[in-house]
Amino acid sequence: MATVSMTVNGKSVSGEVEPRTLLVQFIREQLHLTGTHVGCDTSQCGACVVHVNGDSVKSCTMLAVQADGSDVTTIEGLANGDTLHPMQEAFRDNHGLQCGFCTPGMVMSAVDLLKKNPKPSEGEIREWLEGNICRCTGYHNIVKAVQQAAQA
Amino acid sequence: MTDIQYVAPSTLDEAVGAYAAAKGAARILAGGTDLLVQMRAGMVKPGLIVDIKKVAELSAIEKTPEGGFRIGAAVSGAVLEEHPTFGKVWPGVLEGLNLIGSTQVQGRASAGGNLCNGSPAADSIPGLVAAGAIATVQGPNGRRNIPVEQVPTGPGKTSLAPGEILVSFTLPPRPAHSSDAYLRMIPRTEMDIAVVGCAVSLTMDGDTCTAARVSLGAVAPTVLLVEDAAKALVLTKLDDASLDKAAAACSAACNPIDDKRGTIAYRTKVAGVLLKRTTAIAAERAKGG
Repeated sequence: MATVSMTVNGKSVSGEVEPRTLLVQFIREQLHLTGTHVGCDTSQCGACVVHVNGDSVKSCTMLAVQADGSDVTTIEGLANGDTLHPMQEAFRDNHGLQCGFCTPGMVMSAVDLLKKNPKPSEGEIREWLEGNICRCTGYHNIVKAVQQAAQA
Repeated sequence: MTDIQYVAPSTLDEAVGAYAAAKGAARILAGGTDLLVQMRAGMVKPGLIVDIKKVAELSAIEKTPEGGFRIGAAVSGAVLEEHPTFGKVWPGVLEGLNLIGSTQVQGRASAGGNLCNGSPAADSIPGLVAAGAIATVQGPNGRRNIPVEQVPTGPGKTSLAPGEILVSFTLPPRPAHSSDAYLRMIPRTEMDIAVVGCAVSLTMDGDTCTAARVSLGAVAPTVLLVEDAAKALVLTKLDDASLDKAAAACSAACNPIDDKRGTIAYRTKVAGVLLKRTTAIAAERAKGG
């Protein structure tokens, strides 16, 4: 077992993990932050996207021990109390979801996009989100939501 | 459940020491986009994971004294993309690397990992082979340099000796009016495994091609350097007859598998088609540069 310490959503946390433990398992099973989802478990679907030191990462592509000492933001860390993050607000306004399973990862990817490219074209949004798969085929409204958030 | 250890050394000597001491029970972790998936699927069960991302040399992008580039084996596609000049000199190498996976995978995955994973369909490897890149590896007996095309020996297999770690790729200096390109054939637009991949690197003098290297992926047990295709292009104006000859050389070099992505006949034909398309892009870029 190894001890890991990191900042998650602004709070210092630590825990005992096996070296094989994925970051997403640590987040969900030890921190009980279950907003980050596991879809494919093979770094394809994007449901587990979180931010590590400011960049979006598929948290099934990273071991918890690799995130030792880093600053992690999950979907739970976006809203400020009852005030949603503008990206969350935009997803709600545009009905950018159906079943909602992919939504945490979509939102975290989209937030990273606007940080790196504040005024993306529709094509750039679609390309950036290529690693976030929506089973309900709701991409159209997701793209609209990101466009609205970019104007906010 | 077997015990598993994790180390993240800060020097290459420590990494090689730990890796070699584990005698085959260890796996190298760079971006993790292959290893972690293989571990989750039960395909590999390492006793030790050696994380090389904390070794400075493996994450560095440098100019060589000769004017080429040296790319650390663990440099991610996203980091290479942000380099101010690399993508201008080697656009084909960069586009191959950044066809792999999605945005977040590109943020983690490295060309070094792609090479050591040993997939015949590795998208970043034809570009490096066409570039004439040299792989530097370090093991218990020191360092050696090998052409990239001599690293893979079959699906999932490499010529690296036990305990050897891939350190970097060295790309040669570029003459004026040189460029490269990579194209792959997949049935979708993104996030798929190459049915055929083709990289072409060219130097042009006006309309005449003065140097060429051609590499194919996904058409044989390893990525191929196709010297006959390059010979068919050199000292021509890349006219239709020369392109036909080079395309035929590409098809002749193919030794592909039949699978759900493509038949032997299809892959063999597409290799020639891609040669022509990739050459056109590389030539256009070379004339502009």
